[in-house]
Amino acid sequence: MKLLEVANVFKSFGGVRALDGCSIDVESGSITGLIGPNGSGKTTLFNVITGYETVDQGEIRFEGRSITDSPPDRVFRLGVARTFQLTRIFPRLTVLENMHVAAQREGLQALLARWSSSHEQQRALELLEFVGLIDLKDLPAGNLSYGQKKLLEFACILVADPKVILLDEPAGGVNPTRINELSKRIRSLNKSGVTFLVVEHNMEFVMGLCDRVMVMHRGVKIADGTPAQVRKNPDVLEAYLGA
Amino acid sequence: MRTLRIAGPIALLLVLAAFPQVFRSPEITGIAVLTLLYATAATSWNIFSGYTGYIALGHAAFFGVGSYAIAIMCSDWHVPGGYLPFLLLPLAGLAAAVVSVPLGWISLRTRRHTFIVITIAIFFIMQLLAFNLRGITHGSAGMELPIPAAWGGAFFNIPFYYATLAMLLTALAVSWWIRNSKYGLGLLAIRDDEDRALGLGVDTGPAKLAAFVISAFFVGMVGAMHAYFLESIFPAFAFDPLFDVAIALMSFLGGLGTLAGPILGALILEPTQQFFTLQFSQNGVYLIIYGLLFLVIILLLPEGILPTLRRTWSRDRASRSAAPVEALEANGGGGAKPRGAPRKKKKGMAQP
Repeated sequence: MKLLEVANVFKSFGGVRALDGCSIDVESGSITGLIGPNGSGKTTLFNVITGYETVDQGEIRFEGRSITDSPPDRVFRLGVARTFQLTRIFPRLTVLENMHVAAQREGLQALLARWSSSHEQQRALELLEFVGLIDLKDLPAGNLSYGQKKLLEFACILVADPKVILLDEPAGGVNPTRINELSKRIRSLNKSGVTFLVVEHNMEFVMGLCDRVMVMHRGVKIADGTPAQVRKNPDVLEAYLGA
Repeated sequence: MRTLRIAGPIALLLVLAAFPQVFRSPEITGIAVLTLLYATAATSWNIFSGYTGYIALGHAAFFGVGSYAIAIMCSDWHVPGGYLPFLLLPLAGLAAAVVSVPLGWISLRTRRHTFIVITIAIFFIMQLLAFNLRGITHGSAGMELPIPAAWGGAFFNIPFYYATLAMLLTALAVSWWIRNSKYGLGLLAIRDDEDRALGLGVDTGPAKLAAFVISAFFVGMVGAMHAYFLESIFPAFAFDPLFDVAIALMSFLGGLGTLAGPILGALILEPTQQFFTLQFSQNGVYLIIYGLLFLVIILLLPEGILPTLRRTWSRDRASRSAAPVEALEANGGGGAKPRGAPRKKKKGMAQP
């Protein structure tokens, strides 16, 4: 079943066509990789899916329903979560407070709810345990190291039990030991039913983790298949080497 | 620290409750009333600007709307002086809140510097309206409020003192409640990274507007109380840009975005200002001193008193328990480790 579908989406910034009729889909329960040279439109694709940018043309569907141009908070509440290429956490909130931001309530309920119901508190602590940040829970998140911030950003979105998680360069700037840990965590979450779409430049990481890899170039998808197929695809080689 | 957290506020409350019984001179209780008014205003302003990080410099507009609202209600309904006008304060606050909805909606379409400039512009528009809508405001002739003739002599300030104290406690309770709610956490998330908060399901637009309106409501009540206290209002004083500078400065000094910071700032600054005003007989020297204070605060205490104290305290605690921190470092894996000690913001700290 296709969980997430992007159908023929166009998006231009001034004269630059960041997405030029791009179509991709993500199977439910998969770990799908999305690679491509710099400037091929991967991050723009993430931005239009999660509502940070509006599309010029085309449609985005999640679980069969159109989410085209829905605002980011609604997309998130439907179950599509993302991380950012440049890690974004709330530096002046503590690590634990960061975890509670994602468990929002709507309207008046937000005003009436304390920021940590005991159930959510327990869930937040479990997740911090899961990513190994439990000992740092009362520190301002701004004090964490870069790798720890990435883990925190990742743990934050798990609080809301998203159905699909879009990871934008999760391994960028993280040391190799941590990258292995990250792979393990992504796999274990995937087993529990979470779908992943991963943008990454670290080929070893992508090829090792994903069951299916899509390649983007100049705003369109140019290849799609298993890691082995993609690796041999001549169009992909050309895009990367510029031959 | 925990006992200090509970005992401190209770002690402060007792001191505030007993203050006018101990210091009976009308000069001193008069300054005390103004101080509590500013403490309430700064606390309310902080609910919006402190929590969301949007620095609004136009709340004097809501102060003015509250002032005029109570003056108009009193004159239209022939309210006699006494305790009755106190009951009109929430209505005056409501008037300010109603006015703040469209103004907030417009100004909150912008961010950061633009937002600050827009709020200032809106303030001046409101001030111009107060001067020129003579049918409602009587223009520069001003308006009179009923005089509580029964409260003679030294007693005069006492009802104002306790009514303002009640208002301050209400604003503080609301601020505390918001700080501990999901809603407040969303506001703090907006302060740190608005787009990220939006991506985590925080409904940022309505959240910001609600905080703006709540703070306008209390500032409007402060304006109404101030008007009744002074018994007359004029556009230039009801809509006073220095009001914004004062409450912002108080919040910065005490600690922007903290619960008690704005009150602390008001308790320090307002009596100081009144003292200088009396000393230098209103010739503007106090403004120069105000400006100097602003510079000194930014130079020495950019985060404000409370956050600085808190950091010093946690640094002390960290150095006393240095061993556990190191143990944590050993099993926590590589990377730059947080310590209790403050770290200057470094962009792009690479993981070794």
